[in-house]
Amino acid sequence: MATNDSTTNAKRIQVRRYKPEEHPEKHYLNEEKGLWAWLTTVDHKKIGLMYLGSIAFFFFIGGVLALLLRTELLTPARSFMDADVYNQVFTLHGAIMIFFFLIPAGPAVLGNFILPLQLGAKDVAFPRLNLASYYIYVIGAIFTLVAIFTGGVDTGWTFYTPYSATTGGNVMAMTIGVFILGFSSILTGLNFIVTIHKMRAPGITWNKLPLNLWALYATSLIQILATPVLAITVLLLTMERALGIGIFDPALGGDPVLYQHFFWFYSHPAVYIMIVPGFGIISEVISTFSRKIIFGYWAIALSSLAIAFIGFLVWGHHMFTAGQSSLANMVFSFLTFLVGIPTGIKIFNWLATMYRGSIDMKTPMVYAMVFLFLFTIGGFTGIMLGALSVDIHLHDTYYVVAHFHYVMMGGMVMAFLAGLHYWWPKMFGKMYSELWAKVSCALLFVGFNMTFLPQFVMGAQGMPRRYFNYIDQFQSFHQFSTIGAYVMGVAFLLMAGYMLHSLIKGKPAGSNPWGSRALEWQTSSPPELHNFHHTPVVINGPYDYHKPMSEFQLGIVSSHNGHHAEETVSVPKSEKEQA
Amino acid sequence: MSQTSSTEEKLDHLKHYFVDSDQQFEASKMGMWIFLVTEILFFGGLFVAYIVYRSWYPELYLLASEELHTFWGAVNTAVLIGSSLTVAMAIRSAQLNQIKGLIINLWITIGLALTFMVIKYFEYSEKFAKGILPGSAYSYEGIEHEKANIFFSIYYMMTGLHGVHVLIGIGLMLWLVFKAKKKVFHSGYYTPVEITGLYWHLVDIIWIFLFPLLYLID
Repeated sequence: MATNDSTTNAKRIQVRRYKPEEHPEKHYLNEEKGLWAWLTTVDHKKIGLMYLGSIAFFFFIGGVLALLLRTELLTPARSFMDADVYNQVFTLHGAIMIFFFLIPAGPAVLGNFILPLQLGAKDVAFPRLNLASYYIYVIGAIFTLVAIFTGGVDTGWTFYTPYSATTGGNVMAMTIGVFILGFSSILTGLNFIVTIHKMRAPGITWNKLPLNLWALYATSLIQILATPVLAITVLLLTMERALGIGIFDPALGGDPVLYQHFFWFYSHPAVYIMIVPGFGIISEVISTFSRKIIFGYWAIALSSLAIAFIGFLVWGHHMFTAGQSSLANMVFSFLTFLVGIPTGIKIFNWLATMYRGSIDMKTPMVYAMVFLFLFTIGGFTGIMLGALSVDIHLHDTYYVVAHFHYVMMGGMVMAFLAGLHYWWPKMFGKMYSELWAKVSCALLFVGFNMTFLPQFVMGAQGMPRRYFNYIDQFQSFHQFSTIGAYVMGVAFLLMAGYMLHSLIKGKPAGSNPWGSRALEWQTSSPPELHNFHHTPVVINGPYDYHKPMSEFQLGIVSSHNGHHAEETVSVPKSEKEQA
Repeated sequence: MSQTSSTEEKLDHLKHYFVDSDQQFEASKMGMWIFLVTEILFFGGLFVAYIVYRSWYPELYLLASEELHTFWGAVNTAVLIGSSLTVAMAIRSAQLNQIKGLIINLWITIGLALTFMVIKYFEYSEKFAKGILPGSAYSYEGIEHEKANIFFSIYYMMTGLHGVHVLIGIGLMLWLVFKAKKKVFHSGYYTPVEITGLYWHLVDIIWIFLFPLLYLID
C-alpha cells in the first residue's frame, strides 16, 4: 500500500498496489472465441498475433527460397534450376524477407503486442486503423502472390530501372503490392506515435518511457517520413510500365539514376525500420537479465533518434558506382561513418549495463549475446563498405550480401527471436523448453556463421552477387555456405517444434517469470482483454531494479475497473475528494 | 482534462480506451497531422522529379507550360480556396452546434470540389484531343523540344494524383453529410469534421503550389 502525496499542485490521486493475477481464468485469448471474432478484432494483442502468424508464414516461404538458392549454388554450373528461375527466386527471397518479414517484424508484431502494455494503455490510439493496417498487409501479400504465379519477377528486390520497366514477368503486380504494403507500414507508425504521445498511463513521463518504446518511436518516425517516398517511387515505376511515362527510362528521355535516388531515399532508412526495433528489444532483455538499471538511459534513447535522423542522409552510399558526382560520393561516405557513432553508443551502454550485473543466461539473454556478436561484425563490415575506395572493390559482391545478412539476420532476426522468447510467456502464458531453445539458438549461431563468414571471403576475392554460376575456385566456399544454411533450416524447424509444443503442453508461466520491473509484466499472463484491471500508475523508471517490486504494481484506487466511459469520467472526482 | 460538465454531455462517441473526450479529440487530430506529413512527402517525390527535370531543361518548362490554360487554372485556384473557406465554416458551425449550417457548408464544399473536377475534365480532354497524352502515347508535335513528353508525364502525375485526393475528399464529405443528418455531430463531438477539414486544406495547399509551378512559368 502506497500513497502518492505530492504537496505541490493540488492534484492528488490515491493509489494502491494491484498484484497481478497469477493464472487468470479469463484472458484475451479466451474472452472472445471463434474465427470471426479473431478476424474482426480490434485488440492490439490479437492483431499482433495475427501479424506474427503471417510473418512466420512469409519467413518460412522466404527461408525455403533461400535454401533453394543455396542448393543451386552447390555446383558452379546448373544444379537443378535455370538461370531465369534463379533470378526470380533470389528476387522473391529478397522482396518477401524485406517487405513481408523484416519491416513488420519489429513494429507490427512485437510493437503491436507490447507497446500499449508498456504504456499502461487499454489499446493503441486507433484500434480500427490498426486492424485496417493488417488487412492492407494481407492485400499487399495477395498482389505479391499474384505476381509470383503470373510470370514472376526477376529484377531483384530493388526494381532498378530501366530493366524493371522492360523485363517480362509481372513486375506491376509486385510493385502495386509493395505500394499497398507501404500504407500498412505508415498506418502502424502513425498509430504508434499518437499512442506514445497521448495514451501514457499516469506517471509515465518521457524519462520513464521504456527504451523499447523510444526505439519504436524512432522507427515510427522513419516509417511515416520515408515510406511515402517509396509509395510515390513504385507508383511512378508502375506508371512507367503501364503508360511509359518515361521519368526513369532513358529510352524515353528519363533518368535511371533518379530512380535509384528515389528508391534509396526510402530503402536506406527502411533498414533502420528493420533494425531499430531490435535495439529496443535488446535494451529490455539486457536490463532484465542483468537485474540492473540500464546504463546510459538517455544515451540509448537519443541514439535511436539520432540513427533515425542520420539514416535519412546516407542513401547515396548505395550508388557509389552508379555515376554520382565524386563530391556527392565523399559527402555520403562521410555521413555513412556517422551512423557508427550512435550505434556504438548503444553497444557500449549495453555492455556497461551487463558489467557487474547478476546475469541470468536465459534464452532471450543468449539471443541478445548472439545479437551483440553478430551485429557488431555486421556493423564494422558496414563501415568498410561505407569507405569509398574499398566499396569500389566490394560493390555488388558477396561481401555486401554477407554484411547485409549479418546486420539483418544476425542483428534483427536474432533481436526479434530474443524478443519473441522474452515476451512469449506474456503472449500465451506458457513456457517453452529452455533446453531445446538453447540448443536451437546454438545451432542457429553455428549455422549462421557457417553460411555467411565464407561469403565475406568470397566477396573480397571477387565473387559477384546475384550470379547463377561461378568459377571453380569458389566452390568450396559455396558448399560450406550451403551446409550452414541447412543447419539454420534445422534450427528453425526445431524452434517451430518447441514453440508449438509449449502452446499445447507448456508449463504455465506466471505473470512475471523473469522478475522484470517493466510495466507489461505487472499484469497477468496472458493479459486480460483490456490489458490491466486498473489504471496503472508509474512512479519509478522501468529499469529500477534496486527498488522493491511493490512500487511497480500501483494503480489508481477505484471501485470499478475503468473499462466504461461513464465510469472513467469520475476519476477526476476522486482526485478532488482526496484533495 | 475532462470538463466539469462532462458527465452531462453525450458520450456515445467516446471510445472505451480513452480517458475522456479531449484525449480522444487530441489523438485524432494528431493522427491527422501526421498523416498530412506523409502526404507532403508523398507529393514531395513528385516535386523533386519536377525540380530535377526543370533544372536540367528549363526551356522545356517554358515552352510546355504555354499549352496550359492559365485562366482555367486560376479559376480552379479560386474555387479551391473558396472551398477551404466553406469547410472552415462547416467546422465552425459544428462547434456552435448549428447542424443545419454544417450540412449546408458541406454541400457547398462538395459543389466547389465537383466544379474543380469538371474544369479539370475539360482541361484534360482538350489536351487529349491534341495528342498530349500521358506516357508513350504522347503524339503532339506543337512543342519544339524532344523531352516534351516528360513535362506532361510530370503534369499528369501531379494533377492526376491531386485529382484523386479531391475525389477522396468529396467522398469523405458526403459521408460527413450522411453522419450529420443522423445527428452524430454536436459541439462536444465533431472530430471527423475537424480532421476532414484539415485534409481538405492540405488538398487546397498542394494545388496552390501546383498552379504557379505548372501554369505560371513564363
